[in-house]
Amino acid sequence: MIRFVADRLLGMLVVLFLVCLFTFVIFFVLSPDPAVQICGKNCTPEAIDQIRANLGLDQPFWTQFGTFLTGLFAGRTYGTGPNAIDCAAPCLGYSFQSSQAVTDMIAQRLPVSATVAVGAAVLWLLAGVAGGLLSAVREGRFADRFIAGLTLTGMSIPNYVLALSLQFLLVVTLGWLPFPQAVAFTDDPVRWFQNFLMPWIVLAVGMAAVYTRLTRANVIETLQENYVRTARAKGLSPGLVWRRHALRPALTPIVTIFGMDFAGLLGGALITETVFGINGIGKMAADSITKNDQPVIMGVTLLAAFLVVVGNMVVDLLYTAIDPRVRVGSSA
Amino acid sequence: MTDALLHVRGLTVGFPAAHGPNEVVKSLDFDLERGGALGIVGESGSGKSMTSLAIMGLLPKGAKRTGSVTFDGTELTALPERAMRSYRGDRIAMIFQDPLSSLNPYYTVGTQIMEAYRSHRTGVTRRQARNVAIAAMERVHISDAAKRVDHYPHQFSGGMRQRVMIAMTLSMEPELIIADEPTTALDVTVQAQILDLLAEIRADTGAGLILITHDLAVVSEVTDHIVVMRDGDLVEQGPAERIFTDPQEPYTRMLLDAVPRIDDEIGLLRTMHTEEGR
Repeated sequence: MIRFVADRLLGMLVVLFLVCLFTFVIFFVLSPDPAVQICGKNCTPEAIDQIRANLGLDQPFWTQFGTFLTGLFAGRTYGTGPNAIDCAAPCLGYSFQSSQAVTDMIAQRLPVSATVAVGAAVLWLLAGVAGGLLSAVREGRFADRFIAGLTLTGMSIPNYVLALSLQFLLVVTLGWLPFPQAVAFTDDPVRWFQNFLMPWIVLAVGMAAVYTRLTRANVIETLQENYVRTARAKGLSPGLVWRRHALRPALTPIVTIFGMDFAGLLGGALITETVFGINGIGKMAADSITKNDQPVIMGVTLLAAFLVVVGNMVVDLLYTAIDPRVRVGSSA
Repeated sequence: MTDALLHVRGLTVGFPAAHGPNEVVKSLDFDLERGGALGIVGESGSGKSMTSLAIMGLLPKGAKRTGSVTFDGTELTALPERAMRSYRGDRIAMIFQDPLSSLNPYYTVGTQIMEAYRSHRTGVTRRQARNVAIAAMERVHISDAAKRVDHYPHQFSGGMRQRVMIAMTLSMEPELIIADEPTTALDVTVQAQILDLLAEIRADTGAGLILITHDLAVVSEVTDHIVVMRDGDLVEQGPAERIFTDPQEPYTRMLLDAVPRIDDEIGLLRTMHTEEGR
């Protein structure tokens, strides 16, 4: 077991290193000179050189990359002498736009994105699994076909269309929800809930559709398994056959997909956050892309990669608990 | 037959098709005495597995069963599903072909042996059920049963898994065991062990046995009465001895000829040729 975790951790580090390298190449080497950008309109060649020296852009590629990695794990110092700025680990640099530390920006927005992700995940998991189960039980009947129609619709509607229509319908036309306004949960829980309700729904609809189909297919396939026939031949009641022999194998693959999807969403829902004006990682990414704020883009990219890799590892570890065949070191 | 355990009369299984039902078992008649052993032999698609599922009331969706199946004086075809369930696993148990896929990979073999026992016998504690499971595993000669009871199916070899399946049926002390190709997925040496085990259990418990197989060599070892099936029809039935020494039907003779013998002259392996060809 320890060996398994160690293997996974090592693999995770390799993946993250490669992600760092690629993002670094893309954003720092292939992008237009950041020094010119930072300097602005009234700029002298000396000033540009000064900025280059501060950011280390005058160094060779591998040195720059090395400094970047060191910054991530041990922190780094920009510039020299009295003007030097210490950037504590994990250092992702400073925004070209606001001069804020990228790490701080992420730390501020991550809880917001997490709120969006958790709420949506709860919705889509409940709706998807319930819908899939109902569909499987009523296979070929009206309920199944009705749900199939719903999932098709859910999968076909683009996020932003759904977001804008919901806003128009619920806020403007019907007035069921107040106009979104940033409030802390502790100040006004009801208002807070109303704010997040639409983004949750928007994100959950497409996912719920996919999960419904997946659950339905898994359950129907599992019911064909020989061990389900064995369970029936043992004279178990249909309820017991379902609960014990069909559900667990059918829902196990959902765990994998869910881990990946959820981790991905933690890294920000770009469109939804932008449409609803939610100040999360996704909106930050969108803003930084339009302004070519490279350190922020890179920070967000690394965060997303990190979350997906960690999510993947959590799923792997969960599997050892769920599926006895994956349990390591217990083979006879 | 005076002391018959199972009477099958006119058993027909059909699947609805465009041009009337497609019958995979056609008007089958046979009997099994209490404690007797019956072999149902035929090639793939002859309807032998459907016959066993029809007796258990476990036919796939859409299949239609007609005719009569009487078990210990009770007409099974007339039983509602709930009542049929009390027979399944408890009085009539079934062993399937592929022991790996027939066991649920998510639960220990002990759990899977116990759950039938616990659902049929009321007021059984976990500990009692566990002891029954261990005893059943010991009876099928799984060594170290007290420890192995907590292992998962993938930790057993093919032959051992089939022993687990047999232990599962044994724990209920059924009056009839239906074994559908129990040795087909196993190595030849393991096949012999499993057949010996089935014979031993029959002798010990007095349970009736229906052994379904395409392999005449298998039925010859264990059964005393043989039913030969082909395309859902009953070709011939009779005492095992007579079927082997004096087959009446050309099809049975062909089946017998297809069995390779150790004293055969070296040459082409005989294959089956049927009148209309296949």
